[in-house]
Amino acid sequence: MIRFEHVTITYPEATTPTLVDVSFEVPEGELCLVVGVTGSGKSTLLRAVNGLVPRFSGGILAGSVVIDGRTTSDVAPRDLADVVGVVGQDPAAGFVTDFVEDELAYAMENLGVAPDVMRRRVEDILDLLGLHELRHRPLASLSGGQQQRVAIGSVLTAGPRVLVLDEPTSALDPAAAEEVLAALTRLVHDLGITVLIAEHRLERVVQYADRIVMVPGDGRPIVVGTPAEVFGGSVVAPPVVELGRLAGWSPLPLSVRDARRVAGPLRDQLASIDTEVFSRKARSLGDVVATTDGLQASYGPITALRGVDLEFRAGEVVALMGRNGAGKSTLLNHLVGLREPVSGVVQVMGSVPHRLSARDVVRVAGLVPQDSGVLLYHDTVAAECNASDRDAGLLHGTTRIVLDRVVPGVDASTHPRDLSEGQRLGLALSIVLASEPPLLLLDEPTRGLDYGAKQRLVEVLAQLAADGHAVVIATHDVEVVAAVADRCIVLAEGEVVADGPARDVVVHSPVFAPQVAKVLAPLALLTVNEVQLALAAASDSSYS
Amino acid sequence: MGSDAQVTMTGPRLLHPGAWWLWAVALSACALRTTNPVLLCLIIAVSGWVVVSRRADVPWSRSFASFLRLGMIVIAVRIVFQIFFGVRIPGTTLFTIPEVTLPDWAAGVSLGGPVTLESLMAAFYQGLRLAAVLACFGAATSLCSPYRMLRALPTVLYEAGVAVTIAFTFAPQAIVASRQVREARRLRGRSDRGVRAWSASAMPVLEGALDRAVALAASMDSRGYGRRGSSSVTVRRRSVGLVLLGLLAIAVGSYGLLDPSAPALFRIPALGLGAAALIGALVAGGKSTTRTRYRPDPWIGPEWMVSLAGVVAFGSFVLVGRMSDALSPSTNPLEVPVVPFVAVIGLLVAALPAWFAPHPPTLASASSPMVVAA
Repeated sequence: MIRFEHVTITYPEATTPTLVDVSFEVPEGELCLVVGVTGSGKSTLLRAVNGLVPRFSGGILAGSVVIDGRTTSDVAPRDLADVVGVVGQDPAAGFVTDFVEDELAYAMENLGVAPDVMRRRVEDILDLLGLHELRHRPLASLSGGQQQRVAIGSVLTAGPRVLVLDEPTSALDPAAAEEVLAALTRLVHDLGITVLIAEHRLERVVQYADRIVMVPGDGRPIVVGTPAEVFGGSVVAPPVVELGRLAGWSPLPLSVRDARRVAGPLRDQLASIDTEVFSRKARSLGDVVATTDGLQASYGPITALRGVDLEFRAGEVVALMGRNGAGKSTLLNHLVGLREPVSGVVQVMGSVPHRLSARDVVRVAGLVPQDSGVLLYHDTVAAECNASDRDAGLLHGTTRIVLDRVVPGVDASTHPRDLSEGQRLGLALSIVLASEPPLLLLDEPTRGLDYGAKQRLVEVLAQLAADGHAVVIATHDVEVVAAVADRCIVLAEGEVVADGPARDVVVHSPVFAPQVAKVLAPLALLTVNEVQLALAAASDSSYS
Repeated sequence: MGSDAQVTMTGPRLLHPGAWWLWAVALSACALRTTNPVLLCLIIAVSGWVVVSRRADVPWSRSFASFLRLGMIVIAVRIVFQIFFGVRIPGTTLFTIPEVTLPDWAAGVSLGGPVTLESLMAAFYQGLRLAAVLACFGAATSLCSPYRMLRALPTVLYEAGVAVTIAFTFAPQAIVASRQVREARRLRGRSDRGVRAWSASAMPVLEGALDRAVALAASMDSRGYGRRGSSSVTVRRRSVGLVLLGLLAIAVGSYGLLDPSAPALFRIPALGLGAAALIGALVAGGKSTTRTRYRPDPWIGPEWMVSLAGVVAFGSFVLVGRMSDALSPSTNPLEVPVVPFVAVIGLLVAALPAWFAPHPPTLASASSPMVVAA
């Protein structure tokens, strides 16, 4: 169905090609997962399937991409619309119309499908993706998961044989991600559609994949194979695979279900361990840094926060969880003074953030927004650092020192656009950290990060908390919460529904529990690292 | 939630974008025909009032305020230019700035000299006129979904696919991008007010808006926008050529209509030629493009009324222009502008859509709260 033959892609002004001599084939009806570290060229590979690369990006494509017997160099993307459907990372960026039904019909209008066929197909897709209740809703009013399903539906109506998705769940909360993936597996199993999908959070999709294409980046050759083959020797693996490796299970389990069926002996072995020793109580909590008291916020007619009372202390890492649109970002924006509360009080270090000048507010609270790239607009890393020193009135070189602590070894003359996702996040974080705000806020920091970069971020955040910052992260990534958070707050429809030690909050939740906790329940262990420590402790006690 | 929020002909719905654009173009044509400050302020007020009462609750509808701000900048720039470089109009001298004697080759350009009240008022009137035109354009962009406008375009224009998309979505995207850049500046500790902040954020805003517009164009293209159908290359070239010719002729014709001093050939004959070329292109291109409509936008009563309201206002200005010179009040000698009764009535008619145009569907009417369980 999809065939890449010796494809080499070089972007304009790039010195080295992004993809080198890529050849592989995806047969009809398979779900093929594309994995690899950030910046390795996954998106490039996906966008080459229907010719958006190089037609919309510029650059040179050598070799050929053949799709359903047609070569993309001969056919424009618009003439492939009835063969390939492409869904981007941010569904909202690709929406053309304003309402759900119009969006679903858009591709068919362009293909010239007869109006009565169009009406019928829209109904079919509404049912297939469970969108029928949303048909007349404005797209802007949908939650992230709903938007992503509409985006998938809007390409499906054209009746494509191939669906290409670039990180369809990266912006979604765990439940919404499940919903999208369930819809995808239904398409593969019921309709035989070929799906090519890129995803960082392997734990979510690896169990559904028939085949894996691993793009290592830096021009190294790609690896293609079944999940078990590829992950056997890979460093990039979901926690359940890592747990399988630690416990020596063979074959390696790919889903929680597989792992749970073989985990009985491991659970027995660990049953005697007191998980209390892993509670991160070691960090001593400092003074109260920020409080919200009866905080209410709204956007037009929609209430975003309803009477939120919270307190953040120096030295703790707080995870803010909840559905898309539950009010996480709104809360962060209020804490940093980007918005004025409708009612209630926000105080950070004794002052009200939205009344402070820009220069004063960065000294009490810093926010790294969801797309950290928006903070960067100079053309070299050095220029960013200098501008940051100047903006915040700091000694020359301060930001650079912070940057070296957060991500060492970034070349000062690099364009921020050319940094890896992790380095770019590190740079944005350093700019915010340079003024040493006691309250540090991060909105979805792990979006687009691979496992290595995530591990690095976890270490940096733990260190910052140890240095006495209050760190608040809004995130959907349960594995990161498991690894770093001391306290977890769950928001739902603008209200706090849970606030307590992270272990207590996540471990028994079917939605927020990390994979290891699901495999080992009722044991309250959250990460592979903890299991390793627990095993060591268990063997010690059995010897004595 | 109930799915009872049907899109019906009587309930809340979005008006055909062509109606709003006709209305806005007619209103801006009024503005271009006058320098009467009272009428110009009235035009801005009318467009603002209609926007406030009939805009939908969607991202692109918040651009009107930005256009007003841009208008104020235009007025300020116009006055500053007048003070330093403008033609010296004799009259009541307010203050004098040192005159610079320029070399012979720059004769005709004056730099400095006495600044009179008359010259400032003339500059203010002209700036205000541009601001009013900008307000009309802002009203159209906040009242119409850019997509619906695209959809209403004749199919031959689809050949210009990406360019058309970018042209129509750039302004609304720039508004979204500018908010993002302003927030980012604040997060970095830079002041978010003042001229410096404004100029420093111009580049990122333009870049961001262009990126978004290109991403949108890519999404439209991969969903079949501008598919060729079965037409041959020569047929397509011929229709694109006709479209370009038609648009050019209509642009010249509209200019001729708006500028009373333009030669007569630039008016009706040019418009006629443009219309003929466009119709030819439609006939030639219509056969080759295969496109269908899902629930097409209707053009019924309210559409006629809204566009008629604009045309009536324009007619009243033409009438006043014929009868008196109240549309261009004298600034030398400076006189208190006379307000022509007929033109005011015309503008009040143009404000009527604020009452009789259908309400746009709102988030509240179309759905339960924004947050819906997954």
